[in-house]
Amino acid sequence: MTAAPIDGGLAGVPLSLTPLNRKDMVSDQEVRWCPGCGDYAILSTFQQVAADLGVKRENIVMISGIGCSSRFPYYVDAYGMHSIHGRAPAIATGLASSREDLSVWVVTGDGDALSIGGNHLIHALRRNVNINILLFNNRIYGLTKGQYSPTSELGKVTKSTPYGSLDAPFNPLSVALGAEATFVARAVDSDRAQLAEVLHAAAQHRGAAFVEIYQNCPIFNDGAFDTVKGPESAETLIPLRHGEPITFGADGHRAVVRDGFGGLRVVETATVDPSEIVIHDETLTDPSYAFALSRLTEPGVLQQAPVGILRRVQRPAYDDLLREQIATVRADDPQAALASIIAGPDTWEAGTR
Amino acid sequence: MSKQLNRVVIRFAGDSGDGMQLTGDRFTAEAASLGNDIATLPNFPAEIRAPQGTLPGVSSFQLHFADFDIVTPGDTPDVLVAMNPAALKANLKDLPKGTVVIVDTHDFTPRNLKKIGLATSPLTDGTLSAFTVHELDLTDLAQRAVEGFGLTRKDASRTKNMFALGLLSWMYSRPTDGTERFLAEKFAKKPDIRDANIAAFRAGYAYGETTEAFAVQTVVNPAPMPPGRYRQVSGNLATAYGLMAGASKAGLQLFLGSYPITPASDILHELSKRKDVGVMTFQAEDEIAGVAAALGASFGGALGVTTTSGPGMALKSETISLAIMTELPLVVVDVQRAGPSTGMPTKTEQADLLQALHGRHGEAPLPVLAARSSSDCFDTALEACRIAVTYRTPVIMLSDGYLANGAEPWRIPNLDAIPPIAPGFATELADGDPHFLPYRRDEETLARAWAVPGTPGLEHRIGGIEKDALTGNVSYDPDNHERMVRTRAAKVAGIVRDVPDLEVDDPSGEAKLLVLGWGSTYGPITAATRLIRKTGRKVATAHLRHLNPLPANLADVLRSHEHVVVPEMNLGQLAQVLRAQFLVDVESYSRVRGLPLSIAELEEHLTATIDRLEGAVDAKEEAR
Repeated sequence: MTAAPIDGGLAGVPLSLTPLNRKDMVSDQEVRWCPGCGDYAILSTFQQVAADLGVKRENIVMISGIGCSSRFPYYVDAYGMHSIHGRAPAIATGLASSREDLSVWVVTGDGDALSIGGNHLIHALRRNVNINILLFNNRIYGLTKGQYSPTSELGKVTKSTPYGSLDAPFNPLSVALGAEATFVARAVDSDRAQLAEVLHAAAQHRGAAFVEIYQNCPIFNDGAFDTVKGPESAETLIPLRHGEPITFGADGHRAVVRDGFGGLRVVETATVDPSEIVIHDETLTDPSYAFALSRLTEPGVLQQAPVGILRRVQRPAYDDLLREQIATVRADDPQAALASIIAGPDTWEAGTR
Repeated sequence: MSKQLNRVVIRFAGDSGDGMQLTGDRFTAEAASLGNDIATLPNFPAEIRAPQGTLPGVSSFQLHFADFDIVTPGDTPDVLVAMNPAALKANLKDLPKGTVVIVDTHDFTPRNLKKIGLATSPLTDGTLSAFTVHELDLTDLAQRAVEGFGLTRKDASRTKNMFALGLLSWMYSRPTDGTERFLAEKFAKKPDIRDANIAAFRAGYAYGETTEAFAVQTVVNPAPMPPGRYRQVSGNLATAYGLMAGASKAGLQLFLGSYPITPASDILHELSKRKDVGVMTFQAEDEIAGVAAALGASFGGALGVTTTSGPGMALKSETISLAIMTELPLVVVDVQRAGPSTGMPTKTEQADLLQALHGRHGEAPLPVLAARSSSDCFDTALEACRIAVTYRTPVIMLSDGYLANGAEPWRIPNLDAIPPIAPGFATELADGDPHFLPYRRDEETLARAWAVPGTPGLEHRIGGIEKDALTGNVSYDPDNHERMVRTRAAKVAGIVRDVPDLEVDDPSGEAKLLVLGWGSTYGPITAATRLIRKTGRKVATAHLRHLNPLPANLADVLRSHEHVVVPEMNLGQLAQVLRAQFLVDVESYSRVRGLPLSIAELEEHLTATIDRLEGAVDAKEEAR
């Protein structure tokens, strides 16, 4: 199997002849999320990024599942489908495979992508279909009014878990990495600049790009991400910059170093030799390092979180390979070939015997 | 010496590893190339290799070939080829007196007999006294025929199916070059296996020629068929061809999203091969992803198709409802098998009709079509594509395990003669519309405007939430919902304009009894009613391809007969629909044995029914 002669995620998508601005991507539909919902900031940032991609608006397609976040397509003035619970990655796979001229975005949430749609998520990532998956993680079920989700911390008290939840949560980045994802990143709804940067990189990535976006639900899980926002964030967010040592906190007083068994841990920068500080490399083929990065986020109440691009590697995209395979074996005259196949090799004439 | 027969039914039976399906396929190809009419019934266990020599491991292939037009593989065989004791025992109950039984004696050891619960050998204990038995050590004969090819003893014994095929080919005067060519191609990469199989095949043929036991060669002449070029085709293959023809006629990319499931997988296999004509196939992670990817492709302007069987249908139903709501083309092929649950995956049934008609949440009508024969799968699939594209709707095509694996002659269609299908994509704003209105409808068909991503100026969003009747925007308006529910129903009901009137076959024109069928019961119903007509009795038949909407004249057809019998391989699902829709007291004739309806049994029932109806009339007239 040879790699398709294709570069970035937008290769094959027609370029816009006129520059677009954010307003061009705003649909005429009234946005109906709760006041204070993190989705507003993500939408606004996305609309700006989509306009800045330089591709034609009509070649951008948003596919979503079910949940608060999945209303997203209605508000973006491009093509879109608000589909059914959990299936957006599968729908997007069919669309992206048959239409290489589209920039396809899946908008999903922690319930949609990791509960009911878990199977489709991991297989879309494994296949490396050229789509961008934005997982809005608010660690709660919003649209069904406040049940715990597969990313809620253990012991979460909700309407459906009045005595506390009993199942350990997923770490979405770890799941994506375990599913062989080639592009794995994390952003926070309120940090527009960082989110925009990650979304741009996702769009440019050939293959499946997975972006977890921390998104606050002010109604059912307010404050879940307070530790990584506002003044505290300097001590909790671990910004990743390719080629740079991983330090964070005021004056970089904390640093990430290697631990036993391939893991990573956070130490006080002053306590280690600078050469021990990990230099971030998003291009490592072996996903172990990116996995170790993902594990810096603990499963319980949020204490620290790497943000930025954990992993960005090249692997042929499923849809490119599929189209290439067809192009390789396709007959010069498919109509004639079809007639010949239907006629079959063993035939006989009736009425002549 | 030779004798002539009009028709012969042969059943090959052996272990599931004995190559019985291949042997049957080859004999079928030989019969077809000779111009016989043919009908086949493969019957095999779900286990790939059940324990050797056991009853559950028996695999069989029945072939009916004739010098006239036949419609079923026949109830009972005239000739049974049994490759081991289990194959003999498993098939004994189906054999009428006088059946020719060719049996490989090699495995008739006390140990093997004990394995299948026999204390004595049926070869010697009188079990076979009513039959014409040919006892041969086929295994040994085959092994000796391939000595010198350097095969292991086991591999040598595996050529016994080709030895048997050679023998049968001689007995029934079959041409042999096709099989030799087939073997040469199939084993091209293994010259020793190839040569050994050809040698065993030739040895079997020569054995028939030189052994006195088989002194009489039987001839079955070609069947008269409408002039044209023919091939044999199975239902799954014909379905794949019909889907390709449909997409080609519509000028759309064919996209198959599917998950392997018995007995539908061969459609996936064939279409996966057909990347050479540009077909795009996607083996999904599950049934849901298969149909979801197909719908995604349809959203992008392809013809999305998914293929499955009953359990997969259940999983796909939510996505099919989404296709109804978004009003996008989608073809769903359900190759029915015996259910519920895993049921009997390799056995046939027609019990998904109500699931196809009604198995969705909400008011979710869609067109349902069923194929009547293996070759009819082509026309049915093509028609399903035409309706899906024209009306922007999911369409369910019902086939079943019997049609899927059975084969029959097929007059090769001229693709140029098939009318095109017009997708009629929306490419620009309608006059005066400030925005694209994706739910603006064609006045006649009620099909909505279909604009695909990449079309400038027509950007829009669709989805599973109820739509405004024009803009397609989310709408919770009560009147709008009522209007949309009724519009979706009216659109599907309106497809009746494209449904031909139901044709009634009644040579007498006076039959009191109508036998109404759908799907693969066509063969047994036709065969049984032919036999009945030969006795001078009058019977009318009609067969439905369109199960939704039903043909416009169906009510008249039902009411113009004194009595209607509906034979089905379920517990009366069509009968229930007809009773509910037309208030007609149809009689359900149902069998759910995992096998096609028995012709003899159906004939007996219908004959008794006709006699009762005629008798009732006679009695009335006498009373006057």
